[in-house]
Order: sequence, then C-alpha cells, then structure tokens
Amino acid sequence: MPPLARRNLMHDRVRLAVTLTGIVFAVVLIVVELGLFVGFTETTSNVIDNSGVDLWVTSKHVPYIELGVPFSERKLYQVKAVPGVQDAEKFILRWTQWKREDGRTESVQVLGFNPDKPLGGPWNLVEGRVADLKTPNAIIIDEVYKKKLGVEHTGQVFEINGQRARIVGFTRGIRAFTTSPHVFTTFKNAQDYTRVPADQTIYVLVKVAPGADLAQVRQNIVTRVKDVDVFTSAEFSRMTRYYWMFTTGAGVAVLLAAILGLIVGFVVVAQTIYATTMDHLREYGTLKAMGAPNSYVYRVIMEQASISAVIGYALGMFVSFFVVRASQHGGAAILLPWPMAVGIFFLTLLMCIGAAFVSINKVTRLDPAMVFKA
Amino acid sequence: MKSAIAVRGLTKTYAEGSAGVKALRGVDLDVEAGELVLLMGPSGSGKTTLLSIMGCILTASSGSVHIAGREVSMLSEKELPRVRLEHIGFVFQGFNLFPTLTAAENIELMLDLKRVRGPAAKKRSRELLSQVGLADKYDTFPSDLSGGQKQRVAIARALAGDPGIILADEPTAALDSQTGRAVIEMMRGLAHQRDRAVVIVTHDSRMLDFADRAVRLEDGLVVLSDVAEMPSILLSTPMPLGSGLSLA
Repeated sequence: MPPLARRNLMHDRVRLAVTLTGIVFAVVLIVVELGLFVGFTETTSNVIDNSGVDLWVTSKHVPYIELGVPFSERKLYQVKAVPGVQDAEKFILRWTQWKREDGRTESVQVLGFNPDKPLGGPWNLVEGRVADLKTPNAIIIDEVYKKKLGVEHTGQVFEINGQRARIVGFTRGIRAFTTSPHVFTTFKNAQDYTRVPADQTIYVLVKVAPGADLAQVRQNIVTRVKDVDVFTSAEFSRMTRYYWMFTTGAGVAVLLAAILGLIVGFVVVAQTIYATTMDHLREYGTLKAMGAPNSYVYRVIMEQASISAVIGYALGMFVSFFVVRASQHGGAAILLPWPMAVGIFFLTLLMCIGAAFVSINKVTRLDPAMVFKA
Repeated sequence: MKSAIAVRGLTKTYAEGSAGVKALRGVDLDVEAGELVLLMGPSGSGKTTLLSIMGCILTASSGSVHIAGREVSMLSEKELPRVRLEHIGFVFQGFNLFPTLTAAENIELMLDLKRVRGPAAKKRSRELLSQVGLADKYDTFPSDLSGGQKQRVAIARALAGDPGIILADEPTAALDSQTGRAVIEMMRGLAHQRDRAVVIVTHDSRMLDFADRAVRLEDGLVVLSDVAEMPSILLSTPMPLGSGLSLA
C-alpha cells in the first residue's frame, strides 16, 4: 500500500505534535503510576522477599509483617526440633522512635536478627559489613534515609527509644513503604530498642533442610508448636502486599491514577485522530468510490494510530527513563521492569487503536457519493 | 451486443422531511463500449444522481441497473465496491487526488486495490503517466501540478484499474478552456481508441463537439437523447480546436 497513513500523519505536523504529546503524557503517567505501584508493592514485602528463609513462624492471626506480636522464645527451640528444619532464628521487626542530633524524632522500623546467620539481615550493603553489627550498639540504615534521620557518615551516634545507636554501615535501595526507615541491628539490640521482653521474639525464621518437603515441614511445625501460625515466605509476602496495597487503599489510589492517565491519553488520541480523519474524509470517500472496501480504509486509519502509538511510546519511554532514574534517589522508587515496559507498549497500542475506532465508526457511515459534491 | 451500462425505469427519491424529493422519475439509458455520452441538463435535473447510481455508489429507489451485463441494483453494500473496482473508473470535478501522495503513488493506490504491487505497480504507474503525457511528473505532489495536470493524473488513476466504464463529473469545470479541451479529447480517445464506455456529466455545451451522444435530463426525466436533437443554442459555442493531448 502506498504510504497514505504515514504521509497523512506527517502532513499536519502541529496535529501530530498534539497527538504525540497526548500519548507521551499518557505513557509517562502510566509508567509513573504503575511504576510506583510496583515499587510500593515490592517495598511493602522487601524484608520478607530478601530474608533468605522458607517459613515464617508468627503468633496467631498476624495479618502482615508490621503487626507481629511477641511470643515466647521457647518456641524457637521447639521449631528447631522439628524434622526437616535446617536452621531457625529469632527475628524482630517493630516500630520505635529515632532521635536526631537536632532533637527531632522520626519513626523507624527496627529489624533485629542474628548477624552470624544470613537470615533476615540487610542486603545491598554499600558501606560496612554485617559482621560490624556485632560491635556494641551497632546499626545499619539505608543511604536514602540519611537526610531524614540526620545521618552523614558511619560512626555517628544517635538515640533509638532512649538507647544508644551507632552507624556502622549503609545499604542502598532498601526502602520502607511506611516511610519509617529500616534500622538493621542484632536481635539483642532490637529487643532493647523496641522493648520486647528478653525471653520473647516476634518471629521465628525457618530455613528448611535441602531436599525436605516445605509443606510437610510446615505441617510438622503447626502440629508440634502450639499457638503459632506458619507461613511460607511467598504467602507472608503476598499477605503483606495485599494489606498495604488494597486494604489501606494506597494501591488502589495509584492504580486509579494510572487508569486516569490511560483515559486522558485515550481522549487526546481519539480527538486528534478523529480530527485528522475528518480532514481527510473526502479522501476516504474517494477511496471508497474507487472500490476500496471498508476494511481497506480501516487499515489506513489503524496504521495511523499504530504509527502514533509506536512513536509516542518511544518518546514516552525516553522521558520515563529519566523520571525512573531520578526516583532512585527519592523516598518512593518508580520501578520499570521489562515485562511492565512491554505491557505498557501493548497498552499504548490498544489505547491508540481503540481511539481510532471513533474515527472508523465515522468512515463506516461515510457515503461515497460525497465525492460528487464539489 | 451487451451494453456496458443499461438502466431501465430508474427512479430515485431522496427523503426530505415528510415528503420525498424525486430526483429521477423513470430513466432508461444504454451506454455502449466505445461511446462517449454526455449527461446534460440544468442543476437539480438528476444528472449526478444518475451518474452515482450508474457508478454503484448510490442505490436506486426502483428500476434496474446492469453493469457489463450484470444486474447490480440488488447487490449489497459489501458487494458494490467490488463492482466499482472491476468495472468503473471515476474522474471528478475537483480531481480528488490524495495530496500527500505523489502522482505515481496516487496511481499505485488504485493498483494496490487491484492487488498490483511492488515493481509491477511502479512500472504500470510510469506507463500510465506516460500515456497522459506526464512521464516527468512521476514524483511530483499534486500541489505542484497545474489543474490540467491534476486531471490527467486523475484520468491515469481511473485507468489504472483497467475499467470498461469511465464516469466523469464535470471534469473540465475547474480548468481553462484550452486545458479542458485537452482533457475532453483525451476522454474521447479513451472511448474511441480504448473502447471504453465514457459518461460525462457537464454543463459545458462546447463538449458536444466531442461527444457521440448527449442525454438531456430535466426534472428527473430524459428529454433528449442525441447531439443532433440538442437545441442550437447549446451547440453555438464550440470549444476552439488546437493541439490537444491524446492518449499515446
């Protein structure tokens, strides 16, 4: 087919610019909102997802990770005695208060774990080592929260819930969905910071022995240890994500914004493609008079919409790349995994082709006899 | 011999408010291959309506239309484009070229509809442009062509489908007399040299010199059907003869 669609599209540069602006706006808005959604979702459960454990033993009816309730640490030894358990460790995650040097307080989440075992500890360390936590009052925070917590470098000393806390290292990219920064420390320090009694823990993290059946080990723990729930990491992650993203409405708000972006893009593209179609209505009438079936005319309009979608998507992704990059230094990460990028491409294509249907409806009803009207 | 176009008892009523407007009131007409027929008459007499029905882009209220021996008045909206594509070429008063396509691409669009593509389409469009004397305008956009050149490209496009019937609506109305004469000579060549049935709607009595037959419509009826029968007033202003173009 001669390049009618492309030429018609390029013919009116101003209209093309408006169309592309609409698509770019929609793409960037969708990337930002969906990226925030993905970022938030991953953030809510990042401690679970990076814990390196198979099972989480909690007190009864814990709906998500931040709402753990202390229970006797004797259960740790009961868990350790269950067949198929390779290792089990106590773990604390609880909110408490951080006091900055200037006297202001901030809410933080203290994570207490055994620094001798790689279960529930920090990841992506950029300064310091996990072993450094074994020194007195040692803590590790994420560099993204330095400003919020008034931290400049390792060695600085702060107060957590009235107890001394000394910075020994930094992680990168470990964000907290609740905006209360994670503070990694030893289990013993965490007990002090969060006032969890000395003989209690909030979680028991379980590593299953190689070759053991995860479901069976879990059932064994449920049978042998009373008054606890046992979740796989995947389950507990899903529960936590669901709570924050849907029960609180935070995720729904972000998704609605993404849908809004899609609607705005649809309207702009539909309007401009419709206007372009109206400009070329006589040409479409001529095509029909020449013997072109409706499907041939649809192809021209669809091709215009598709070309707009591809160019708009490329430009939108170019802009989004910088937005995503800039977000890495902020409190809320916008993530753009490649499946999402591919999905947004097809969403853009769908949006533009859907918008073209408004024009197609007009052309379907076009009377080819119009070509004889001067 | 079968007529290229045969219409019998053709009527067309346009709905307008509670009453209809009768544009055609029972028209009979045959157009043979190799014949150039003019449709003349005052505005509102039904010329363009008749042309549209013969061109299968408008359906009649009653009566029959045969195109190349096939009854088309009962065909569905989906079948009519195929009849247009196979049998009919259109030439319009306003040329109706696609402004964003070159002269050659305008012709290739028609060829594309006929599933002639690639090098074969380029070769054919070059041939057609040569036939209408525009070989050097292959890559020229319509905006850079004169009115006469645009109409010649439009004729070449109409010929691209190799139709047996050419229907033209006021093809010279937007052209000066010299260019108009060249175009009408070309269309006469299509009828006489290429054996096409050519029907032209026109108000221009100077075209009578080039026509085999003229049909005059008034109030939706055929009132005269021969050049010889045309009133002398219509024949008094013939177009000047000159070095007009003809099909190569």
